[in-house]
Amino acid sequence: MMSSQSCVTIQKEWDIVAARQLGREIAKKIGVGTVDQARIATAVSEIARNIYLYAKNGQVCFDVIDTIDQKGILIIAEDSGPGIEDISQVMEDGYSTSGGLGAGLPGVKRLMDEFDIKSEVDKGTVIKTIKWVRK
Amino acid sequence: MDTLEFDRTNYKELLKKYIETKDEQSLYGAEQISKSFIKNNILPEEIVNLHIQAMIELYPGKSKEIYSSMNFLLETMISYGLAHQEYQSLREKQLELQSEISVAASMQNTLLATSVPKVDDLDIGVISVPAHQMNGDYHHLVTGKDGTIGIAVADVIGKGIPAALCMSMIKYSLESFSEQSANPKLILENLNRVVERNVETGMFITMFYAQYNPSTSILHYASAGHEPGYYFNAEKNNFEEINAKGLVLGVSSDTKYEQYELTLNKGDMVVLLTDGVTECRNNGKFIESEEVIEVIKNYAHLPAQEAVNQVYKYFERLQEFQLKDDFTLIMMKKNV
Repeated sequence: MMSSQSCVTIQKEWDIVAARQLGREIAKKIGVGTVDQARIATAVSEIARNIYLYAKNGQVCFDVIDTIDQKGILIIAEDSGPGIEDISQVMEDGYSTSGGLGAGLPGVKRLMDEFDIKSEVDKGTVIKTIKWVRK
Repeated sequence: MDTLEFDRTNYKELLKKYIETKDEQSLYGAEQISKSFIKNNILPEEIVNLHIQAMIELYPGKSKEIYSSMNFLLETMISYGLAHQEYQSLREKQLELQSEISVAASMQNTLLATSVPKVDDLDIGVISVPAHQMNGDYHHLVTGKDGTIGIAVADVIGKGIPAALCMSMIKYSLESFSEQSANPKLILENLNRVVERNVETGMFITMFYAQYNPSTSILHYASAGHEPGYYFNAEKNNFEEINAKGLVLGVSSDTKYEQYELTLNKGDMVVLLTDGVTECRNNGKFIESEEVIEVIKNYAHLPAQEAVNQVYKYFERLQEFQLKDDFTLIMMKKNV
């Protein structure tokens, strides 16, 4: 069901661009439309920048989901950073945007179709998010 | 065809017409469509995309640079789209909060309701208007078993919901001991202990408590740092401040209050208020107490309730119909 993963390691700001580009290419390949490609790229940017800014080290991986019913791109971002203490708070509208930090995680959730986050303080954060190809 | 699909088709048609004729009518059509897009939550990046698609269909094979530039534009619109969605969701949240607060406000009105007691020789008028939905001022009028009238006016420093919550506590405490210790000094001392125990430091409550005894025409009163009221002496035909010393409630558990008294004669008047009245601002300046007295004087000949209503209307207008603080005014006129 799943094809092989491709990953980008995030350490420098430049890596964010590489992750965006890879995400967009995979999306394009499986038939995601122009607008959704741009949304996926923005979502990747956002989670990759979180890794770059707060965790310092981590990776963003891409996978294609292809089932009988639907096709989509799965993005998994994993880091071993400080973790998030209060996930509900960071998922709240206005929490990160008011500080000028960009779209924040609620933005990622809006840009994508499915969104899941797990985080443990001092261990790290894993974000899994999917965008389905619109029929 | 749904409205959305209709708008998309319409967009292309209008765009074509505009490019060919540059007429105002098409632009008016564009305005209509943009409203419809907003209504249907169409995000800016989708509109840019719609534009690109329309251009490709209308003018195939046109300059590649133009299309690239529009894809670039689309990319810059993504964050605007997110901001718009966030705005929508915050607006919904705000509406939810507003309706919750208005439920709370009407609950507060029910909880803190007080009625003006009928007294033969005293004409009492009361008005209390919150600056926002919930009132941080409190007033309470009660007839004791011995026929005395208890009158309380209180103000929490601060306004809005925390102040309003605090006032519910004051009301229930007052009710629980007003019967057995109906004496302004003791009431304030008891209340002070309740506030000191239950309210976090930094929240202050001021209160003026008066008790009128119709059989002696004497008004006994005590104040916990409250805005001084005014006494109109009919015989001398002048207003004076009712000064009473006392610390605000909740500072220290063993605060003692002094009790004062005032004999009311025919035509005399007592005015109790909160700082929402005296701190009405006129062009950024606080008004002076002389001015407050002037205004009260102007309406003093009216029945008490009508007089307080008129005084309120005057200050409401002075503040351009936007109260800065909760406003409470009680007027008692001795008739006989």
